[in-house]
Amino acid sequence: MKYIAEIDIMPHKELLDPAGKTVLNNLKNLDISGVADIRMGKHVTMTLEADSESEAADKVEKACKNLLANLIMEKYEFSIQEME
Amino acid sequence: MKFGVVVFPGSNCDDDMVHVLRNVMQQDVVKLWHKDRDIDSFETGDCIVLPGGFSYGDYVRAGAIARFSPIVDAVIEFANSGGYVWGICNGFQILCEAGLLPGVLLRNSNHHFVCKNVFLRTETNNSPITSNIMPGKVLKIPIAHAEGRYYDNPAELQQLEDNGQVLFRYATADGAITEAANPNGAINNIAGICNEQRNVFGMMPHPERAAETILGNTDGRLLFESMLATTSSKMLV
Repeated sequence: MKYIAEIDIMPHKELLDPAGKTVLNNLKNLDISGVADIRMGKHVTMTLEADSESEAADKVEKACKNLLANLIMEKYEFSIQEME
Repeated sequence: MKFGVVVFPGSNCDDDMVHVLRNVMQQDVVKLWHKDRDIDSFETGDCIVLPGGFSYGDYVRAGAIARFSPIVDAVIEFANSGGYVWGICNGFQILCEAGLLPGVLLRNSNHHFVCKNVFLRTETNNSPITSNIMPGKVLKIPIAHAEGRYYDNPAELQQLEDNGQVLFRYATADGAITEAANPNGAINNIAGICNEQRNVFGMMPHPERAAETILGNTDGRLLFESMLATTSSKMLV
């Protein structure tokens, strides 16, 4: 079966996020005010074959833990859906 | 003793490193392709160098994909058996991603790629690359990176400090550890560290760019001389 995983990876809250800060500081150039904070992370979609949703989740989990996220600096979460 | 310099797709300081080792330090050095799995010709007294560059375009995180190159498992095995492993810049990032060194290198706090000479205070002479350098000595060595902000969780950081595993800190020219002297926001001004067993070491600055009179700076040479002094004294024993 074919599944699609939607993965979000975000820097830990206690860490300075220079990319988010730079965007935040420059929103004034768009005349946008009142923005308190911006944190920037990554969104990854992964299309994969697996016999079951739990097997798909295991594969995604392994990819996140070992490559897509570094747990010292980031956290990840994901959802999986079977594709039509 | 011999040196192996690993070339990943995107490494760009490998030739500088080979040049310094071969032509300046007169050492036996070979390049190793990242797809090699066999580094059995290297013995415990030898040194594998992971050079600077932008392996795999720094995609995902700097060093994250290179960590899964076939040679890295062999390098981990080599390190675990006591061999010397030295990572510089991108090499340091790869060693952290591979878990051979604790912590991680984050995006510079000022969001800039920083390429300039910085001052480093040597923190200990208890490591192969600092064995000939007096603790407290300040070295001028260039950095060139966008992801050099060393970070580790408080527990591991404490352990690193307690064990004297910090080799270099960013400092002023007279050795003061200040925020202004920190080019990337690294925690505790950390520029270079070693593992607990002291045979794996990583640093963001580039000693291979500061090892010849013609380049106007020979401070980096002290690290190579330390390395050679360490291994030759071991061979005498």
